[in-house]
Amino acid sequence: MATRKTPQKSNTSKEELLTFYREMLLIRRFEEKAGQLYGMGLIGGFCHLYIGQEAVVVGLEAATEEGDKRITSYRDHGHMLACGMDPKGVMAELTGREGGYSKGKGGSMHMFSKEKHFYGGHGIVGAQVPIGAGLAFADKYQENGRVTFVYFGDGAANQGQVAETYNMAELWDLPVIFVIENNQYAMGTAVKRATKSPDFWERGAAFGIKGEAVDGMDVLAVKAAGEKAVAHCRAGKGPYILEIMTYRYRGHSMSDPAKYRSREEVQKIREERDAIEHVRDLLLTGKHATEDELKEIDKQIKGVVNEAAEFAKESPEPALDELWTDIYADTAPQNA
Amino acid sequence: MATEILMPALSPTMEEGTLAKWLVKEGDTVSAGDILAEIETDKATMEFEAVDEGTLGKILVPAGTDGVKVNTPIAVLVEDGEDAEAAASAAKAPAPASAATDSTPAPAPATPKAAAPAPEPDVPEGTEMKSTTVREALRDAMAEEMRRDGTVFLMGEEVAEYQGAYKISQGLLDEFGSKRVIDTPITEHGFAGLGVGAAFGGLRPIVEFMTFNFAMQAMDQIVNSAAKTLYMSGGQMGCPMVFRGPNGAAARVAAQHSQDYAAWYAHIPGLKVVQPYSAADAKGLLKTAIRDPNPVIFLENEILYGRSFDVPVLEDFTLPFGKARIWREGTDVTIVSFGIGMTYALEAAEALAKDGISAEVIDLRTLRPLDTATVIESVKKTNRCVTVEEGFPVCSIGNHISAVLMQEAFDWLDAPVINCTGKDVPMPYAANLEKLALVTTKEVIDAAKSVTYR
Ligand SMILES: Cc1ncc(C[n+]2csc(CCOP(=O)(O)OP(=O)(O)O)c2C)c(N)n1
Ligand SMILES: [Mg+2]
Repeated sequence: MATRKTPQKSNTSKEELLTFYREMLLIRRFEEKAGQLYGMGLIGGFCHLYIGQEAVVVGLEAATEEGDKRITSYRDHGHMLACGMDPKGVMAELTGREGGYSKGKGGSMHMFSKEKHFYGGHGIVGAQVPIGAGLAFADKYQENGRVTFVYFGDGAANQGQVAETYNMAELWDLPVIFVIENNQYAMGTAVKRATKSPDFWERGAAFGIKGEAVDGMDVLAVKAAGEKAVAHCRAGKGPYILEIMTYRYRGHSMSDPAKYRSREEVQKIREERDAIEHVRDLLLTGKHATEDELKEIDKQIKGVVNEAAEFAKESPEPALDELWTDIYADTAPQNA
Repeated sequence: MATEILMPALSPTMEEGTLAKWLVKEGDTVSAGDILAEIETDKATMEFEAVDEGTLGKILVPAGTDGVKVNTPIAVLVEDGEDAEAAASAAKAPAPASAATDSTPAPAPATPKAAAPAPEPDVPEGTEMKSTTVREALRDAMAEEMRRDGTVFLMGEEVAEYQGAYKISQGLLDEFGSKRVIDTPITEHGFAGLGVGAAFGGLRPIVEFMTFNFAMQAMDQIVNSAAKTLYMSGGQMGCPMVFRGPNGAAARVAAQHSQDYAAWYAHIPGLKVVQPYSAADAKGLLKTAIRDPNPVIFLENEILYGRSFDVPVLEDFTLPFGKARIWREGTDVTIVSFGIGMTYALEAAEALAKDGISAEVIDLRTLRPLDTATVIESVKKTNRCVTVEEGFPVCSIGNHISAVLMQEAFDWLDAPVINCTGKDVPMPYAANLEKLALVTTKEVIDAAKSVTYR
């Protein structure tokens, strides 16, 4: 990733910058807390943190309208917070409690919110991509003007079903934005060790899909690209690809020792490219906020996250008969 | 205020670990994100980062300590001016440092050492035995076969440079190089099919699925291409290869990562299906699988990877397919299982013995071919049968065994066969529900009592 050359000079407002700052910080603090709860054994299984990638979802959510849809992989906490889901419900799902978005039955990788048009939370790499195109198919069918954001990783981008989906999406002009969150690694595999065609957005050309690469550590650039893609989709011109260049600071999941990259590599990006620091700089140098005001925001967010953690610890485990509910939509709970 | 730093859980299956090294010393200032220590889990050495800031007041668990239980206080962080000693003594006394001196039993799924089986039936008497984990046994089997046959190669996600997502292929890249130990992109359907083609083309691929949950992406190539081509080609073109990886539930990884596919694959003519329990079986059967001229599905289990069993020290230890192993002889009821199901079967047999019920425990080891003769013979002696598996109940391996017994041993049965299985639901994430969804030792005990009318 090239270093950011000039501090972004843009026509953004103070309010917008403060919103970005708050939303990105919420994700980061939330994820740090999740990591802590995992270490204490309150969260189990797989837990994939989004730290470092916050600008991607926050920037793109700023380009959405009410009713637009989103779907992603297992690395989903940031997406849920950014689309307005309640941190308490997300954290309580992480601890597997009744107050979680899936009543504790889905866990970190599998959460959904019909109300917020968040369609999950998918554990199988690449599987969300055709599903997202299907959401867009339904929107087009119903002529409701909605757009779907399908998020997937650089590793997922190599799955065969992604190519199949590109072809159908363009063939049928589906209003879907394919968001490749290129954080440079799929588990321990660097992009270049998995493909000789590492510019993922260019692959769309083979199917007639337009796209571009975007600096994912710059939330303003992400938002601008999102608006362009949304306009394309809403105009009925079919799908669009955004390859967003980002970076994950933590291991792939909690159990990844991350020996495939150096600490210096991570440290350098944290110091030079961090998306939250970027907005913080813009706020301070633009005299939109003082250190004290930002400290106050930090404090508020810590409060929100602590409250979510408390809720997640105190919410009871699901009732035992929940084991037998929700298997079929149209029948009473099965019991063996 | 002093903050205790607790031994973290660093993997879904970790219950204890080794505090390998401290990277800070008492008196150091630490801030969030600093690496405090290196901790060895069952799978890897992990760096452990600070989440809070302060001064490292006191180290409670010294470097090099084994068997430190998750959530044990390992150090105390103090704020400026605080008394480290006082803070440390206020902290809970650290748990016993070494696993060896720790008398509390480990929770069931992580019993470090499995009960010794009945006399090893597969090797000459007096053969030297070595305690080996299932993980090492699988690695040794692949390494030995790769040394023996240059056409054998290993392919899969993270098998080479990362040394395997579950560290099964540790060291293989170093020994065999990148021509034979190959990292693939995340394209299961693609590389499974490519493996099939390579087998047609004269090689002997071992295709690792990071877990068998992801093999569903590749199901068409496994079933339609690997399993059926020999038949469709009138016997011309076989597919000598192994598809292997962990199968079934790990711990708290929810519905899409917890399925047991034993019955799915056992359904398919043209496939051979192996699901070992012990390390010796894992080794001997994997070597046989690699040499087999047919496609073999080799189902491992993540929770068993870290368990140790005695493995014979032999130049070339292979085990035949289609031969069950009797782990425990008994006269009152036959308990049939395989893979991790054996954990429950053996625990139940132990408990039943205390109640005066003598259970014979059979490990099927291979599901296709299936050693029905051993099961039938046992049932002719005990007249009762309970099957145990983690998979779903409908069309399970247990269902199949019940049908075979009904046809072949009807007159010997004194009670209907009971199938103990995972519950008929997708795997829930919540800890309490997950426990209910899995088959339990108690269910096996109850079933055995029911068929023996106790
Ligand atoms: C089909 C399938 N294969 C393998 C896995 C195991 N796995 C989970 S995440 C992952 C890496 C994915 O990387 P990427 O798509 O870049 O997303 P990131 O984790 O970087 O967000 C792998 C191999 C899986 N969940 N599903
Ligand atoms: Mg990635």
